[in-house]
Amino acid sequence: MTQSPTQEVKNTTCYMCACRCGIRVHVRDGEVRYIDGNPDHPINKGGICAKGSSGIMKQYSPARLTKPLRRKQGAERGAGDFEPISWDEAFSMLGERLAHLRETDPRKFALFTGRDQMQALTGLFAKQFGTPNYAAHGGFCSVNMAAGMIYTIGGSFWEFGGPDLERSKLFVMIGTAEDHHSNPLKIAISKFKREGGRFISINPVRTGYSAIADEWVPIRPGTDSALLLALIHEIIAKGLYDRDFLVRYSNGGQLVNVDEANDEFGMFLRDEAPASEGCYDPQDKLWWDRRTDRAVRTHSADADPYLLGEFRLEDGTLAKPAFQLLKERVEEYTPEWASRITGIPAETIRRLAHEMGVTARDQRIELPIAWTDSWGVEHESVTGNPVSFHAMRGLAAHSNGFHSIRALAILMSLLGTIDRPGGFRHKAPFPRPIPPCARTPKGPEGVQPGKPLDGMVLGWPAEPDDLFVDDQGEPVRIDKAFSWEYPLAVHGMMHNVITNAWRGDPYPIDTLLIFMANMAWNSTMNTVEVRKMLNDKDENGEYKIPFLVVADAFQSEMTAFADLVLPDTTYLERHDAMSMLDRPISEFDGPADSVRIPVVPPTGECKPFQEVLIELGSRLKLPAFTTPEGKRKYRDYPDFVVNYETEPGSGIGFLAGWRGKGGEKSLRGEPNPNQWEMYAKNNCVYHHELPKSYQYMRNWNRGYLEWSQRNRITRYAEPILIHLYSEVLMKFRAAAQGKGTSRRPPAHLAERVATYFDPLPFHYDPLECQATDKHTYPLAAITQRPMAMYHSWDSQNAWLRQIHSHNVLFVSPITARNAGIEDDDWIWVESQWGKVRCMAKYSEAVEPGTVWTWNAIGKAAGAWNLSPKSNEARKGFLLNHLISEELPGDKGRISNSDPVTGQASWYDVRVRIYKAEAGEPEVTSPQFDAVKPFPGQPKRSRILNFFAAKGGK
Amino acid sequence: MHPAFSVIFLTTLIGAGQGLFIALFLVESLGLLGMAPMQNGTFFALGILASLILLGLGLFASFFHLGRPERAWRTATKWRTSWLSREVIVLPAFMGVVFLYGLAHWLNFNPTLFTLPGDRAVLATVALGAAGTLLAVALYVSTAMIYAAVKFLQEWHSPLTVVNYTVLGAASGFTLATAYAAWSGAQLVPVLASIAIVLTLLGLGTRIASLIRNARIKPKSTLQTAIGIKHPRIVQKSQGFMGGSFNTREFFHHKSDGFVRAVKWIFLIAAFAIPTVLLAVSLLMTVDPTSVLIAAALIQYLGLIAERWFFFAQANHPQNLYYQSVS
Amino acid sequence: MTQLALVIDLNVCVGCQACVTSCKEWNTSGEAGPLVDLRPYDADPTGTFFNRVQTFEVGEYPNTETVHFPKSCLHCEEPPCVPVCPTGASYKREEDGIVLVDYDKCIGCKYCSWACPYGVREVDAKRKVMTKCTLCVDRIYDETLPEWDRKPACVRACPTNARLFGDVHDPDSEVSTAIRENGGYQLMPEWGTKPANHYLPRHKTRITVREDELERSDNPLRIDSKLPKPDRDEPSLDDVTSW
Ligand SMILES: Nc1nc2c(c(=O)[nH]1)N[C@H]1C(S)=C(S)[C@@H](COP(=O)(O)OP(=O)(O)OC[C@H]3O[C@@H](n4cnc5c(=O)[nH]c(N)nc54)[C@H](O)[C@@H]3O)O[C@H]1N2
Ligand SMILES: Nc1nc2c(c(=O)[nH]1)N[C@H]1C(S)=C(S)[C@@H](COP(=O)(O)OP(=O)(O)OC[C@H]3O[C@@H](n4cnc5c(=O)[nH]c(N)nc54)[C@H](O)[C@@H]3O)O[C@H]1N2
Ligand code: SF4
Ligand code: SF4
Ligand code: SF4
Ligand code: SF4
Ligand code: SF4
Ligand SMILES: [Mo]
Repeated sequence: MTQSPTQEVKNTTCYMCACRCGIRVHVRDGEVRYIDGNPDHPINKGGICAKGSSGIMKQYSPARLTKPLRRKQGAERGAGDFEPISWDEAFSMLGERLAHLRETDPRKFALFTGRDQMQALTGLFAKQFGTPNYAAHGGFCSVNMAAGMIYTIGGSFWEFGGPDLERSKLFVMIGTAEDHHSNPLKIAISKFKREGGRFISINPVRTGYSAIADEWVPIRPGTDSALLLALIHEIIAKGLYDRDFLVRYSNGGQLVNVDEANDEFGMFLRDEAPASEGCYDPQDKLWWDRRTDRAVRTHSADADPYLLGEFRLEDGTLAKPAFQLLKERVEEYTPEWASRITGIPAETIRRLAHEMGVTARDQRIELPIAWTDSWGVEHESVTGNPVSFHAMRGLAAHSNGFHSIRALAILMSLLGTIDRPGGFRHKAPFPRPIPPCARTPKGPEGVQPGKPLDGMVLGWPAEPDDLFVDDQGEPVRIDKAFSWEYPLAVHGMMHNVITNAWRGDPYPIDTLLIFMANMAWNSTMNTVEVRKMLNDKDENGEYKIPFLVVADAFQSEMTAFADLVLPDTTYLERHDAMSMLDRPISEFDGPADSVRIPVVPPTGECKPFQEVLIELGSRLKLPAFTTPEGKRKYRDYPDFVVNYETEPGSGIGFLAGWRGKGGEKSLRGEPNPNQWEMYAKNNCVYHHELPKSYQYMRNWNRGYLEWSQRNRITRYAEPILIHLYSEVLMKFRAAAQGKGTSRRPPAHLAERVATYFDPLPFHYDPLECQATDKHTYPLAAITQRPMAMYHSWDSQNAWLRQIHSHNVLFVSPITARNAGIEDDDWIWVESQWGKVRCMAKYSEAVEPGTVWTWNAIGKAAGAWNLSPKSNEARKGFLLNHLISEELPGDKGRISNSDPVTGQASWYDVRVRIYKAEAGEPEVTSPQFDAVKPFPGQPKRSRILNFFAAKGGK
Repeated sequence: MHPAFSVIFLTTLIGAGQGLFIALFLVESLGLLGMAPMQNGTFFALGILASLILLGLGLFASFFHLGRPERAWRTATKWRTSWLSREVIVLPAFMGVVFLYGLAHWLNFNPTLFTLPGDRAVLATVALGAAGTLLAVALYVSTAMIYAAVKFLQEWHSPLTVVNYTVLGAASGFTLATAYAAWSGAQLVPVLASIAIVLTLLGLGTRIASLIRNARIKPKSTLQTAIGIKHPRIVQKSQGFMGGSFNTREFFHHKSDGFVRAVKWIFLIAAFAIPTVLLAVSLLMTVDPTSVLIAAALIQYLGLIAERWFFFAQANHPQNLYYQSVS
Repeated sequence: MTQLALVIDLNVCVGCQACVTSCKEWNTSGEAGPLVDLRPYDADPTGTFFNRVQTFEVGEYPNTETVHFPKSCLHCEEPPCVPVCPTGASYKREEDGIVLVDYDKCIGCKYCSWACPYGVREVDAKRKVMTKCTLCVDRIYDETLPEWDRKPACVRACPTNARLFGDVHDPDSEVSTAIRENGGYQLMPEWGTKPANHYLPRHKTRITVREDELERSDNPLRIDSKLPKPDRDEPSLDDVTSW
């Protein structure tokens, strides 16, 4: 029975989450019978997770949308009252509308995408359309992690790099519950522990990975920068930094102008010789050479710079090495000081610093791998210090996250662990120049009717002139990313799109297309009000956001608000490319990308969203999708993936593997008509293993950088020095202080920019905490990712929802008892912005000043085709109701985000808790009117007796 | 444990049926020995019919406990190791004998089967009665051992379980027999009521003994042994699922402690106190005690249902250590 | 004699529940299935699972340990669930020690579940027969599967490799070695059931930094701490006294 003759096994890539494990889908008589991990896949090596194993229940879920739907005439948004329409109707409706917008004002079309993995295509579409209003989920997810580290070391955690646990001895995990690299991290942590590595977790809560940590260091939320700065303090005070590493590979020895009177104050001092132009960090800074006791050009042969001290240049300018400034900065950040802020005993902080420093110093790894650095010095071996870190949203999702993360990157650098064995390792296409080269248009002139956007839709500002603002310094984008409010909002600010569009600030839009994001629920802050905004009308009875299109595979809370619903396929039904142009699955040892290949046919009238974009692109005659003759260029998405090149003849396309006519080339090469087949034959993965000598020290590895340049992964092969001191930030500060010649922020933002664009990391209370009366709202409220659920989209999954059918608020018994709350009591949780009723549960595994819950288990009644009586709706709750998307600002409201990057500050909210009254109903609050199933949705069964291909035996 | 009504009815009904049969056979035996008035065939036949009805209802109830009653026949195969299997063999055997016993009386077919040394003639009904009594006891033991043999259920794993089953079943059967005797006008109330009182009081004693024993039980398994971690403070935070499972339904009563305590008092009063008083009253009554005795039998039966409910509810299965917390 | 079993390493189990759903997924469409789910999209969803992962908190803040604890049938060597079964549906295989239920014989009397102290047997609410972990007998001997795949679904799934599978009677097997070397133990040993499945306890790794190794003579501060020299012209005592 298990191996019936009609059983087939097909390889593809999982998408029950963004980890992208290789899976083998066992199909029996056309029905999915079993999904297991592909043992030959580099990501998961045969393992799988709870979600991945439950893919069958997603595939056959009654929450699936199967037909294009149009909101019924007269029906309210949010009620979910739809009528099915044909794809033809859907396309002409949308196509005509978009064509008009493109010809008149492309800004009026906004495309925002959530937890998808196809920014290569969606970004291309937006750029080609010509709208600046595009972003994916990064802004509300973890842009602090990306920006904080990329602006410091040219790479980051998240999908861009990670800890080398294979060789590490001490692993410190900060603010991570599950993360994207879920299975690989689990595989690695387990091996690491079994090999005797020491694992420390710094987290207010002890769940999941932290559970198996050798030491749990509970910390008060939002205070990590204090901890990290104190660790840096102690490392420097004890001389435990890797001097040789810092000297050569960071800007620590480079001299900063400290003459306050000077217009160049805070900038690096430069060699006379004019630097060549380009998107890289020219090697024209100065060192103070110990041997000759004078200033020399950085990395001069035989020179050895002072890292500490104060020096006066010949022209009288006073200068200090960047490292000296860092040392001065952390002077006041003593362990005792940090202890008061973080709640971690000062001895613990010192001990942690000593463990890190001494392990890094005394357990050096040496690999017999010869390599050559960017300055031509040949090294006989690759060395490394076996201390590694990983951090995620526990650091990122705070409005002081950018600086916390910079502090972390600096700590990692002081320990000498950047792209070295046992420390942090990059993944291609990282490292990249600091900052990477992509730039948005610099002003409204970049947006022209009927034309593609003149610049990238998202980019990396290197200086104030790179901002995307008009002459008054006001934002061009609807989400205000790259404006003076959030200058380095490199992933956009999706969390403000609805509020801004509703308010018409900076301008009203017409059509909002949301793809794969549940913005009426999980990915929105202030959910109750945002749902009202989606449904709000102006004086003329017109919706404030006139046309809302939602492309989703399931009946999410968001779909109910759509005017037009486009039913997507599931991951088992479509082609996908996890492209080098987006966030590939690269490994430490080299670039890798992967694909999905359908294993079952689409359900109902579902159509891959990629096909929708290709169709729309063709109808709109966007240049990238049209032949010079004005004809449709690509048959479908697979055809597009094979034949699209970033520029005619560039040889760079969506997939890096098996390029060239016969598949003989990789990374670059002409389109290969059989590329899909070749991926199919190779576990759906292309993995390019670099020579060993290119696998480490890549920021300064000449061989690697030139290889990367040859393969057009980068334009320049210049070394990427670590920015202990960030001149990029200083440029924004200088502009705010009225120095230099660049653009200046509007007056009301000058102080904000000057404060937060500090070239060195510093500690400050998260913005929301600054604006909260902490006596009234004493507790920090945060969420965790449950390992067995992906955001809001797994409650439809009959197996997974049995594991988490509702959520409770975990509270320390000490805290709870003080508030007169018993285990399992119904309570109110209240922030400045709203309140929810839910159940409390005692937990000894949470820092007493913190309360937490699993994220996105709660559901709106009737959504996901769950019964309105389901536990998710009656007992589950969403913390988002307590979190505001905006804070009061000097000039009106400002986003509740990191002032540098615009990262949504999910974990800054402060609350109080109290017992619900005796007579109150035992259901969570707020509740929403139940939505009925949409036309075309499968009926939800009352008994599920799943037996593949037997319809229930 | 979760008190399943199928099992509660099964055990209480057949217990009473067995007791009733024993009482009837005792009546016959006493009659033969001249220690009590002889009764006619109809008296026995009707009494046996009542017993068979009780046994039949019990058997019927038991099917509700089985997921696959159509396969019930398979249960007879493992009598070497399984008390349940033994019960399943003994119950029909007993019912067969009871039936034959009743039939013999009904047809007044009572030949001497053989003669014992000393010239004592053994009548068919006596032989059947004796065999039935043995089987009844075997059935009490088998049924009780189903529970008493489960060593993890420390509340049950005791000879007292067997004693209680036997004595309580017998007591309810005798009370019923007393009521039946009164109803049929047989002059047996004094003797039967006296025995019923003795059995009820005996039952009270043994049941209280088991209550005391159970109150003192120190659970052999603890969270420490359940998960193998030595620490005085271990708390379950998640049982691994939220909407319940077989393991949360089958092994726990889902009632408050107060409710369980109330049931205890109810059964102590209804199964023991009230029947004893009513039986005693019937002994002193000058008018027809039938209704009082029927009330006694009914109340006692209801009391025993409560007793059986409590019997299950009080049993704390070590598996419950694993299923304590939803989150 | 062979006794197959799982050994679960609590030292690395992160509680991801992969073993739970992969077990469900394999078995529902396999020889043990279908495993029903009741109210799958309604209040209080519930269903048959052979394996559950639970969470315990040990100790008090801040010395709290969070322990994830997977549990399925332990395939006891003295399985109390077997002799009590009136039909013989519950049995222990001679050849490999796996305890199984013959679904065609089972009458769903639940007695075996009462006789199991571990709470690992579940009556399937639809088929009304007793079910439990089969150690994936329909995988581990399936010769159509490649050798590396002939393992229980949960073992194959587990990303931390916290689930080891093998013969605990073979002293050289991976499982026996792990039990021996890592202090493997059995659950509720007080009942004499001799579970074949074992658990490996948590281990702590520490790093001790001794005072005398903290600051070394090649401490970089010695190189870098060149204190800035004041300007010769800055005021000094020379300017104000002559002694
Ligand atoms: N309180 C709180 N809120 C948070 C967070 C938090 O930690 N705490 N985390 C934030 C973070 S980091 C993120 S990334 C966001 C995530 O938030 P979202 O991106 O909104 O994620 P989901 O809620 O899962 O919504 C994704 C949508 O994609 C749909 N979908 C799933 N598969 C497919 C498919 O194949 N095709 C299409 N077209 N649609 C599909 C789902 O049905 C769902 O509607 O949540 C944020 N919200
Ligand atoms: N199973 C599953 N996997 C997922 C997801 C999912 O929904 N489910 N979502 C994916 C997505 S979109 C993302 S962005 C990643 C996010 O991956 P993670 O960053 O691992 O996810 P979070 O749950 O946000 O974890 C944040 C952790 O930070 C802790 N924390 C909160 N505040 C602080 C603080 O101030 N300091 C410290 N030190 N810790 C703090 C929280 O207690 C929590 O443990 O996960 C991805 N992977
Ligand atoms: S970690 Fe994500 S991609 Fe990997 S198996 Fe699980 S759900 Fe699928
Ligand atoms: S799959 Fe492995 S790590 Fe995950 S819960 Fe099961 S045993 Fe633990
Ligand atoms: S764990 Fe329970 S079901 Fe499994 S063999 Fe042991 S007693 Fe039987
Ligand atoms: S439920 Fe089935 S396996 Fe268990 S004892 Fe009864 S017949 Fe045997
Ligand atoms: S061995 Fe097989 S049946 Fe047993 S728990 Fe693992 S997957 Fe489930
Ligand atoms: Mo995210």
